[in-house]
Amino acid sequence: MIQPEERLAAAIASLILDPAAPPARHIAVGAASPVPAAACWLVRLMGHPVRLSLLHRREGNPFTEGSRELFDLAGQGRIDLFFLGGGQIDGQANLNLIGTGEWPGRTVRFPGSFGSAFMYLMVPRTILFREEHSLRVLVPQVDAVSAPGVSPPGHFRRGTAQALVTGRCVFRFDPAAARFRLASLHPGETANSVRAATGFDYDGDDYEKDGAPPTADPTPDQLALLRGPVCAEMLDTYPEFCARVWRRSA
Amino acid sequence: MTLDDLTAQVPDGALLALPPDNSLSPGAFARALVRRSMGVRGVRGLRLLGVPVSGYATDLLIGAGCVAQLQTSAVTLGEAGTAPRFCAALADGSIELLDATCPAIHTMLQAAEKGVPFLPLRGLLGSDVLTHRPHWRVMQNPFSNAADLIVLLPALAPDIAAFHAVLADAHGNVWVGRRRELATLAHAARRVFVTVERVVPGNLLDDERLAPGTISATYIEAVAVAAHGAWPSALLDEYPADAAHLREYASAARTADGFRDYLERHVLAPAHAA
Repeated sequence: MIQPEERLAAAIASLILDPAAPPARHIAVGAASPVPAAACWLVRLMGHPVRLSLLHRREGNPFTEGSRELFDLAGQGRIDLFFLGGGQIDGQANLNLIGTGEWPGRTVRFPGSFGSAFMYLMVPRTILFREEHSLRVLVPQVDAVSAPGVSPPGHFRRGTAQALVTGRCVFRFDPAAARFRLASLHPGETANSVRAATGFDYDGDDYEKDGAPPTADPTPDQLALLRGPVCAEMLDTYPEFCARVWRRSA
Repeated sequence: MTLDDLTAQVPDGALLALPPDNSLSPGAFARALVRRSMGVRGVRGLRLLGVPVSGYATDLLIGAGCVAQLQTSAVTLGEAGTAPRFCAALADGSIELLDATCPAIHTMLQAAEKGVPFLPLRGLLGSDVLTHRPHWRVMQNPFSNAADLIVLLPALAPDIAAFHAVLADAHGNVWVGRRRELATLAHAARRVFVTVERVVPGNLLDDERLAPGTISATYIEAVAVAAHGAWPSALLDEYPADAAHLREYASAARTADGFRDYLERHVLAPAHAA
């Protein structure tokens, strides 16, 4: 039986490998991102030559100057792909990691912006990941902007979101239109169920007659990699995730 | 010098910089500050700086009522979830929060380290984090003929930086391994207090292999031994994070009563008074 996290990791892996996107030679993974980390290890262990910099790896951490080095690398354009999420994400791919209600999150406080206000503008490609796909997360307009989805001329920016992966579907992002487009549906979801759980407007209505394509299952080879070597690489950094998804402990 | 000697030197209202849970977090130092705060000379009104984010130590100090202001890029207990005393203090208005973003904090410290009044940083344009920081300025890049706005960040020199390293030597040098971002913090801060697992003989800077991960005593005001002093956070390859304890903390600290109970069991009890 395929775990939802395994399908999400495989979906992110195929976005990473999308030949139409800018090349991903160096991928960085920040805090609390076990599914994106699993996707990156999967890509690497499938044999693709990609450099992974995992900020929260305790042993063998690639940085000798901590996160400052990550941000300096990104500032130079030497990180090709990063992952971000948000307590709220809106239809223009604005991210809110601050909170809801009056500034700074007087109603519900989220953890804070981390490096998003910098990384989202500095990396050529960002994959947005948020497992909870609900009206409270995917909103018409975020209450606060940690990091903007698109920028006007005169604001230095190397790239935008490539896609938004949730627990229900995959959306692709079109930066020119500043809009998402439904790309695939996870098992059990329909165009209508996704529409009902999404607070922002998006494209993809042309799918609705025949149903959007399903999100691909991981292949047997991918599953074997995820359950073996990928899990082994992640045990130290994400012990709770590995225990929950793969029933493995360090 | 003892741990209590160190914390006794933290004045009320100090701007105290702390690293996050994954980078030499001074857990024992924070618990000692909390113990001091329960006494007659309790420390009050601290302004904490997360370098660049905040975790267990910050949540503990906020819960104990030692903190007036927090500047940070995020507050998190990692896999154990949100920081409950921080959220409660923000909700009841008992702390002022200055939201930042990680590279901005690094850059402000680097400006202080260089002794310059400000440094530019890319990004941030279009973020509400920038709009809520009136002292962060935006200017046209003076080296470009095209429209190119860039953010200027003021230098920030913490009154005190505190962290937990692995080794100190007889000369007061401390070894932080690959966590050399702590060197920037130490260079920028006016005073640096360090707890260590152990003190070694000799001079760490005489060892070519240890010297790159060593912060010179030039920058260190005081060192105290606190075995297991990063707990419940991890310390390099010395010990991993105590995930079960962080879960216990996250759960207990959801209520004010639960937090007080946690302090009784793990901070104030004599068995844990190290």
